[in-house]
Amino acid sequence: MALSRLASSSSRSADLLKPLCSAISLRRPISTDTTPITVETSVPFTSHQCDTPSRSVQTNAKELFTFFRDMALMRRMEIAADSLYKAKLIRGFCHLYDGQEAVAVGMEAAITKKDCIITAYRDHCTFVSRGGTLLEVFAELMGRQAGCSRGKGGSMHFYKKDSNFYGGHGIVGAQVPLGCGLAFAQKYSKDEAVTFALYGDGAANQGQLFEALNISALWDLPAILVCENNHYGMGTAEWRAAKSPAYYKRGDYAPGLKVDGMDAFAVKQACTFAKEHALKNGPIILEMDTYRYHGHSMSDPGSTYRTRDEITGVRQERDPVERIRKLILSHDLATEKELKDIEKEIRKEVDDAIAQAKENPLPESSELFTNVYAKGLGVESFGADRKEVRAILP
Amino acid sequence: MAAIFQGVGAAPALSSLPSNSFDSKNILFSPRRSFSVRKAPSFVVVRSDGTMNLDLNPKGRRAQQFIANAVATKEDSSAASSSSKPGHELLLFEALREGLEEEMERDPRVCVMGEDVGHYGGSYKVTKGLATKFGDLRVLDTPIAENSFTGMGIGAAMTGLRPVVEGMNMGFLLLAFNQISNNCGMLHYTSGGQFTIPIVIRGPGGVGRQLGAEHSQRLESYFQSVPGIQMVACSTPYNAKGLMKAALRSENPVILFEHVLLYNLKERIPDEDYICNLEEAEMVRPGEHVTILTYSRMRYHVMQAAKTLVNKGYDPEVIDIRSLKPFDLYTIGNSVKKTHRVLIVEECMRTGGIGASLTAAITENFHDYLDAPIICLSSQDVPTPYAGRLEEWTVVQPAQIVTAVEQLCQ
Repeated sequence: MALSRLASSSSRSADLLKPLCSAISLRRPISTDTTPITVETSVPFTSHQCDTPSRSVQTNAKELFTFFRDMALMRRMEIAADSLYKAKLIRGFCHLYDGQEAVAVGMEAAITKKDCIITAYRDHCTFVSRGGTLLEVFAELMGRQAGCSRGKGGSMHFYKKDSNFYGGHGIVGAQVPLGCGLAFAQKYSKDEAVTFALYGDGAANQGQLFEALNISALWDLPAILVCENNHYGMGTAEWRAAKSPAYYKRGDYAPGLKVDGMDAFAVKQACTFAKEHALKNGPIILEMDTYRYHGHSMSDPGSTYRTRDEITGVRQERDPVERIRKLILSHDLATEKELKDIEKEIRKEVDDAIAQAKENPLPESSELFTNVYAKGLGVESFGADRKEVRAILP
Repeated sequence: MAAIFQGVGAAPALSSLPSNSFDSKNILFSPRRSFSVRKAPSFVVVRSDGTMNLDLNPKGRRAQQFIANAVATKEDSSAASSSSKPGHELLLFEALREGLEEEMERDPRVCVMGEDVGHYGGSYKVTKGLATKFGDLRVLDTPIAENSFTGMGIGAAMTGLRPVVEGMNMGFLLLAFNQISNNCGMLHYTSGGQFTIPIVIRGPGGVGRQLGAEHSQRLESYFQSVPGIQMVACSTPYNAKGLMKAALRSENPVILFEHVLLYNLKERIPDEDYICNLEEAEMVRPGEHVTILTYSRMRYHVMQAAKTLVNKGYDPEVIDIRSLKPFDLYTIGNSVKKTHRVLIVEECMRTGGIGASLTAAITENFHDYLDAPIICLSSQDVPTPYAGRLEEWTVVQPAQIVTAVEQLCQ
């Protein structure tokens, strides 16, 4: 939904550009061109027990613009969430994904909606890439009815069943066995699809991960374990938490691939490769070398365990949105101004969604008791006055 | 002794009543509090649809006789009245297997995962033969990794499969507590209703024969406050098969508690397809003087004590609560309103067990109907010792049940 709106907004800017197009014959219409462009990934892939995919990735103008818009939208959304949190409209935990957008966007470009994605609590952008709308995001963050989980889940519990996005989990590492279960179901039902189970460098030390990997390898499940390595498990740097921070190698018998997670094309290439591999040979581990600009969550300033220079350095050299911007400019697909216009539209879109979400009502009190059980057993809790609501059985 | 003779004398008079009429006033509200007069043997059978009728079959007379034989090989469950055909006899673990097999045939989405459930046939033979029949993809041997294979079962259930996760012993599921509590119980709610988790988690628990502390755990007390799950405990081959089938058909996550010592119980069960309602309690023995609430293995200790109690002139009403979460307050409430005295006999520990919650629930809802404080007999708050005599003393024995009833009915 967000993406379709973006597509329509681009056609408006295409109209604006028509006079320019005729003037400068080198300019091609934006966002619909599919002539292939080849880009090279920033660094070569490193692999463990498998072949590396090629560094050359096929793309086209349409995809470049899609990537740019999606990542800029995610960036804007996360920064807006930051302000909302500070304004106390979002409470509790809020884990922001800015800096890591390339993983979500690149992965989505490589797969279909039949493939499943499951991730941990840093799920806002993954939800959007799977087709969630901005309204659903902001309403859920603010605990309103229009939220994707009706306001009852919160930041860490975004789900979208119709596009096979399985969330949204608060307990570190618990989503990986769930993800292998999804892969099992895909194999059981002969879906010819794969599951991407995302986790962080902090979760990579969880035992249940290795248990699940063992079972997946034994049963040849189409499970792809993706370690989004942003190098910090909350405040603990990876070298302080893991004896072996080469997460892609820790699968031992399972092959692994190390990918530059700030390069959307590298992510896309790796995911395409992994999907092919998993459908034939069973589980594979992808390590996405990425970085988050914010702290672990809104309560973490993010600067007590790393220097501001480090953060600005990564932002200058490896920022995923900047990389796409440079690619677009270097291939003469748009001017600076056009890209800035796109960003302005995105900003407006985000602001509109926030305004709409703020208007949205809080859930009804009766919603407290719905969805505890499927088809409800008529079980109700007691109010503060014990005589107020009684347990009713069917 | 005079009491019993009087009762026998009174029996023919009431047996002349037509068998399908009932007078609710007689049964529920009559002030029969004097224990010297034996009540006539008309039993009320509460059916699953909530209607009641008189059941004048011979088991009434049997209850009056002095029975030297202790634990029953039972056919006097209330279900016996519902089978018109003779049915077939089998052991409890076979009944579980039958239920599982029938559901696996009926629904291709049902699969079983657990340790040694496949090629080995299950450590208690519940899944014996299923792997040969249904194949390795439907009856899956897992490595010893409870946390992850329970998680995998839950993940598979999110997509619509209906897995059965077997804990070789319920105690091992403590390793999967996070998955059961957070993912299994809560996902339906936190996703705003998008996902249902139709998983069945089952396994034997309870105090066995000198199995040691870690293998004698009663997990129902740990799981009871997880929102979103249902818990049931089976106790006879009839309800084992019925509950297994109902659990597999339910859209909610169900934890089915079996007991290590009950697997070899034999009973005749109906041939036809039947299920037991998951939220319903079972009336084992209707009575007038005191309501005894129990479940799983303690049902048999209670029935053994009931024989002694009957000989002493008491008329206990025994209800197997079956549904541990949520409680069947309808059946329990009606019983409390009738007898005004409650004894709970359970195998959980005293602290934080099912009995503790049930005591609270009854006190909150039916306080006005109680003539005496609720007595809850539970296991001692100790790790189960290995030595046989000590192990006997950790769980409730029939003699203690008799004493408690006598104390309640003073």
